[in-house]
Amino acid sequence: MASAVSILPNAQLASLNEAYRKAVARKRLRLALGAALFVVLLVVASVGAEVNLRTLFTYFGNFVSYFDRLLKLDDGNRVWTNIPEWFWGFRKWLLMLGETLLISYVGTLLGAVLGFALNFLAAENTSPAPWLRFAVRRLLEFVRTVPGIVFALVFVMAFGLGPMAGVLAIALHSTGALGKLFTEVVENADMKPVEGIRSTGASWLACMRFGVLPQVIAGYASYTLLRFEINVREASVMGFVGAGGIGQELVVAIRKFYYSDVSAILVLIIVAVFLIDISTGWLRARLFGAEGRP
Amino acid sequence: MKPVVPADQAELRSRYPHIFVKPVSARLAVPSMLILALAIFVFGLVDLEFSPVRLAAGLRQLGWITLMMLPPDPGSSLAAYLQALGETLSIALLGTTLAAVTALPVSLLAARNIVPSAIFRFPVRRFFDTIRGVDTLIWALVWINVVGLGPFAGVLAIAVSDFGAFGKLFSEAFEAADRKQVEGVRASGGSALHEIRFGLLPQVLPVIAGQVLYFIESNTRSATIIGIVGAGGIGLQLAEQIRVLEWQKVSFLILMILVAVAAIDWISGKLRFAIIGRRAVA
Repeated sequence: MASAVSILPNAQLASLNEAYRKAVARKRLRLALGAALFVVLLVVASVGAEVNLRTLFTYFGNFVSYFDRLLKLDDGNRVWTNIPEWFWGFRKWLLMLGETLLISYVGTLLGAVLGFALNFLAAENTSPAPWLRFAVRRLLEFVRTVPGIVFALVFVMAFGLGPMAGVLAIALHSTGALGKLFTEVVENADMKPVEGIRSTGASWLACMRFGVLPQVIAGYASYTLLRFEINVREASVMGFVGAGGIGQELVVAIRKFYYSDVSAILVLIIVAVFLIDISTGWLRARLFGAEGRP
Repeated sequence: MKPVVPADQAELRSRYPHIFVKPVSARLAVPSMLILALAIFVFGLVDLEFSPVRLAAGLRQLGWITLMMLPPDPGSSLAAYLQALGETLSIALLGTTLAAVTALPVSLLAARNIVPSAIFRFPVRRFFDTIRGVDTLIWALVWINVVGLGPFAGVLAIAVSDFGAFGKLFSEAFEAADRKQVEGVRASGGSALHEIRFGLLPQVLPVIAGQVLYFIESNTRSATIIGIVGAGGIGLQLAEQIRVLEWQKVSFLILMILVAVAAIDWISGKLRFAIIGRRAVA
C-alpha cells in the first residue's frame, strides 16, 4: 500500500511552512500582548488598591493569630473544652438566626411574587408591547445592579432600624434577579400552546395562565429556591447596617473583640447555611427530579 | 381515533384505578404545601413587625428621599469619587485574580477524576464550602482586623471568599473534562503532571477563563459594598453620604456604580467571546 500521506514538493511545502510559522507567531504575539496588558492592569490596580506586601507579611501573623484568638475563651482555654461557655448565648443567637431566616424567606417570597408579576411583561415572546418590555427590563436591571445592602442602607433611613428594612431590601433585589431568570425561562418556553389558546379567542391573561405557566412553573420554583439560599447569606449581613438579623450580633462582637462570640456566631451561620443548602437541594430533587438544578 | 364510550371508561376505571383515583395524600400535597408556605409568610410579617402604618410612613419618607436625590450631583467631590471608583475596580480585579490563581491548584484536589479517593477529596470540598458559607462582608471585617482599614483588606476579603467559589467551580470543570485526552497522554508515557498539563488544562482553561471574567464582573458589585464596613472603595463614600443625608451625592454615586458595572459587563462580554468563541458562551 502506498503511503497515505502525500509529500508535497519542497517549494510548495516551504511556503506552507512559512504560513504556519507566521500564524503561530501571530497567535503567540497576541497572547503575549494580552498577558502583558493584564500584568500592567494588575500593577496599576495594586497601586490603586494600596496593596502593600510588606503589610501583608508583617501582619500575616495577625491573620493566623486572629483565628487562634477566635478559638480561645476569655479564660484562655480552647473553645471546645467548654462548649456551654462558648455558646453561652445560644438561645439568643438562635432567635436572631431564626429572624435572619424569616427575613430571607419573606423577602424571597415577596421578590418572587413581584418578579413573577413583571416577567411576562419583560419576556420577548409574551410581552404585550415593546415599550412596556423596554421599561420593565430597565427597571429589573436597575434593582438587580444596585446591591441589596445599599437598598438596606437607604431603607433603614426611610423605615427605621429593624428587620423591615432588610426584608424590603432583599425583596427588591430578588425581584430584579428573579425577574431576569424568570424572563429567560419564559423565553425558552414553547409558544405552540399559546397559539392554540389564542386561536380559541382567549385573552392575553388566559394565554399566559394556560399556555405558558404550566411549562415554566417548575423552573420558577427551582430558581426561587436557589435565590432563597443566596438570600440567607445576604440576610446574615443585613444587620451590619442595622437591618435586623444575626448580623447585628456579629458586627457588635467583631467590633468589641469578643473573639469566642465571633467564632460561635460564625459557626451557627455556617451550619445554618449548610442546612439550608442541603434541604433546598433535597427539596429541589424531590420536586423536579435530578435535572431540576438549573 | 375511536371515541371513548362510557362502558369502556367504566372498565378502564376498574382496571386501572390508580390512574383515575388519586390518593388523598397526593391530592392534598400541593394545597397543603401552599398553605404552609403562606402561613410561614404571614407569621414572618407579624414577627418582623410589619405594620401598614409603618409601611405607609416609610414609603412617604422614601418618596421624599427619592425627590431629594434629584438631580444627581457630586458637589465638589467628583475627583474623590472617581478615585474611589478606581479603587473599587482595582479591588475587584486583584481580588479575583488572586482567588483564581490560588484556587486552581487546590481545586485539582477536589476533582473526582484527579483524586479518586473520597477520603482526601471530602475535606477539601468541605473546606471550600465553609469558606463560601461566610459572606464577603464578614471576611472583610476579619481582614480589617488583620491589615487595618483600607482597600487592601477588601482585596484580601474578595480573594478569600472567591477562593471558595472558584474551588468548587474549577473542580466541577475538571470533572466535566473528557478522559480520552488524559488516557492518550498516559499511553504515550506521560507522568501525572503531564496528564494534567496536556490532557486536562487545555480543555478546562477556556471554561475557567469565562468563569473568572464573569466573577470580575460580579465582584465589581461586591467590591462596591465592602466599603460599607470600611474596606475601601466607593462603598465607603456611599455609606458616609447616606449617613449624613446628602441624597444628591448618594444618587450620583449609585449612578456611577451602575455605569461602572455596565461597562465591565460589556468589556468582559467582549473578552469572553474573544477567548472562548461565541458558541461556548452559555
